[in-house]
Amino acid sequence: MESIRKKAKELLDSKQVQVIIGYENGTSNKVRAAFITDPTQVDRLIYDERCTQNLAVYLVKHEVKHLGKMGIVATIPVMRTINMLISEEQVKPENVVVLGIGEDGKLLDFPDLTVMESFLQKAKIEITAKDKEAMEKLKKMTTQEKFDYWSNALETCFKCYACRSSCPLCYCTRCAVECNQPQWIPVQANKNGNYEWHMLRAMHLAGRCVSCGDCGRACPLDIPVHLLTMHMAEESKRLFGVDSGFSMKMESVLSNYKLDDKDNFIQ
Amino acid sequence: MEIEKKLIKKASLEKLFEKLQAKGNKIFAPVSKDGKTEFQYNPSYAEVTYDHIQTTQSLKNTVFPKIENLIRFKTDRSGVEVTEVDLTQVQSLVLWGVHPCDAAGFNALKSIFMWDYKDEYFNSRLQKIAVIGLSCHKSDDNCFCTSVGLNPGGTQGCDILLTKLSSGDFLAEIITEKGKAIVTEASELFETAPSETKEGNLAQVNQQFSHEKVTKNLAGAFEHPFWVENSLRCIGCGACAFVCPACACFDIQDETKGKNGKRLRCWDSCGFGLFTIHTSGHNPREVQSQRWRQRILHKFSYMPERNESLGCIGCGRCSRACPVDMNILEQLVSLEKL
Repeated sequence: MESIRKKAKELLDSKQVQVIIGYENGTSNKVRAAFITDPTQVDRLIYDERCTQNLAVYLVKHEVKHLGKMGIVATIPVMRTINMLISEEQVKPENVVVLGIGEDGKLLDFPDLTVMESFLQKAKIEITAKDKEAMEKLKKMTTQEKFDYWSNALETCFKCYACRSSCPLCYCTRCAVECNQPQWIPVQANKNGNYEWHMLRAMHLAGRCVSCGDCGRACPLDIPVHLLTMHMAEESKRLFGVDSGFSMKMESVLSNYKLDDKDNFIQ
Repeated sequence: MEIEKKLIKKASLEKLFEKLQAKGNKIFAPVSKDGKTEFQYNPSYAEVTYDHIQTTQSLKNTVFPKIENLIRFKTDRSGVEVTEVDLTQVQSLVLWGVHPCDAAGFNALKSIFMWDYKDEYFNSRLQKIAVIGLSCHKSDDNCFCTSVGLNPGGTQGCDILLTKLSSGDFLAEIITEKGKAIVTEASELFETAPSETKEGNLAQVNQQFSHEKVTKNLAGAFEHPFWVENSLRCIGCGACAFVCPACACFDIQDETKGKNGKRLRCWDSCGFGLFTIHTSGHNPREVQSQRWRQRILHKFSYMPERNESLGCIGCGRCSRACPVDMNILEQLVSLEKL
C-alpha cells in the first residue's frame, strides 16, 4: 500500500501524470475508485483483496480523460484490459502510466508499457475458484439444461445495463440494443428480450473479454452474467489459441480475415 | 378515518395470509433466498420473511411495471387499427410485509403519475393493491427514512400496518377503509389491542440531514464543482433508478412483428447517456456529472417544488445496489453542508 502511495506521489509531483486512478475506502466497508489529482491526497489510496473493480473502465470515460495523463492502479485483469484498449485504439499508450499489482499484491515497476507486456506474457491467469466451479457445473449440463438455466437466471434482469457500464471493453457510444431503426433485439426486459441482450453482449465480447468478472460483480440482481463472457474467452482460446489482452497489438479473433488462414473453409 | 388498533397473534397472522390466498387474492410478499430478499408472487407462508432489512428491488413494478403494454396496433393499406388494453382486467394484489418507506413510495409515484395528467395505467393498478405494512425493527447504515420525513413505524401509504411486539405477536393498525374491509372479513383473527405500543419495537434510525436544507442548498448549486468531484466514479448504469421506488422515468418504444405491433412503456434512467440525446446528436446532458446532478436535483429540488413530494424515501436501495459505491446518503449529508 505504501509503495503505491509513494509511486503515486512521485508521478503526481513530477507531473508525469495529472491523475491517479486507484482504490479508496468507501461506505459500508466497501472500496471504490479514487481519482487523485493532488499529491497531498495520496494517502487515500489503498489496496487489498476487496479491490476487484476493473478500473480500466475509467480510461475511456470522458470526464476522467479530460483530467490529463492518467496513472492507474492495475491488477492483472486490468493490465490485460489496458492492452485490449490500446489494441482497439481506445487508449493512447502515451496517455497511461500503469502502477501494476502482481499476484502477490505487490507493486510492480514498469518503466514503460512494453515491460508490462512482457510481464503479462508470463503471468498466470486465473479466475476465482467459485467461478471455476460454476463454469464446470454449466459445462456438464446438456444443451437443454443450459438453455433452461440461462432462461431462468436472465428472466429477472431489468436491463439496467450495469454489466455493460462496468465493462471497460463495452465502450461503444451507441450500443446495438439502443438501435431501434431497425430494432436489433427485443425492447422488453423479459425472458426473450433479456436472453437476446445477454447473448449479444457475450458474442460481442468473444475473444476480447479478459475474464475480470466485473460485469457479474456489478449486477444488482446477482445474475452471474460474467460466466457467459468467461465461457466465450475459453472458447476463443480453444478455437483460435489466443488469450485476450496479452499484447498491445491484439488482433480481434472474430473480425480479422487473413488470406493464409489456417482453416481452409474461409479461404 | 381514525386509526384503529388491534392485536393479531403470530399464529393468526398465518391464518390471515392463508385466508387471503384462499379467497383468490394474489399475494406479493418478501422471501429470502441465498442471502438476498425479494418480493415474490404467491409464496407459501413458511417462505415469507419478517426479518429482512430491505429487498433489492422495490415494489414499483406492481403499479409501474418495467414494461407496460400501452396499446396494440395493426397496420395495413387502409391505415392503422389500434386496440386499447383492457385495464379492467388488472388483477387485485395484496402487498404483504411492506416496510413503511416503501408504502410511502407509492405516494411519491402518485405525485408524478397523478399530477397534471392522470395516468390510467398507473391508477388502475394502484386501485387494485392493498398494502399490509410491516414496521422495521432492524435497519442498516444505508437506511435514512427519518431524514426524509418518514419513520420505521410510519403508516403513510399502508392500509394496515403490523408491528412485531416483544411477545412475537403483532400490533395491527387499521388505517384505511380497504384495510378495515380485510379485517372485517377475518374478524375472528383479531383481538383487543394490547397495551404495548409500537414505539419500543422499532428500529433506531437517526436523522442525518435536513432535507429542507438540502433543497435550499440545491437552488444555488447547479454549477458547483461538487457534481464532477463526486461522480467521477459513476459508470452511468441504471441500477440506482431501477431499484428506486420513486424513480418514474420511462421510454416509449414500439415493437413490431410484421404488420402487428405493441407500444411499450419501459423503465428508463436519467443516468443513461442516451436519456436526453436529441435527434440532431446534441446532448444537453453530455457528461455523467450532469446526469448525476439531475438525479439528485429531480428528487430533492424539482419534485418538492412541483409535485409537493420528495422523490426519495430513504430506503437506501440505490446505495446498496450501486456497483461503484455512489452512496446517496453520503452525498446528501455533504450537500446539506454545501
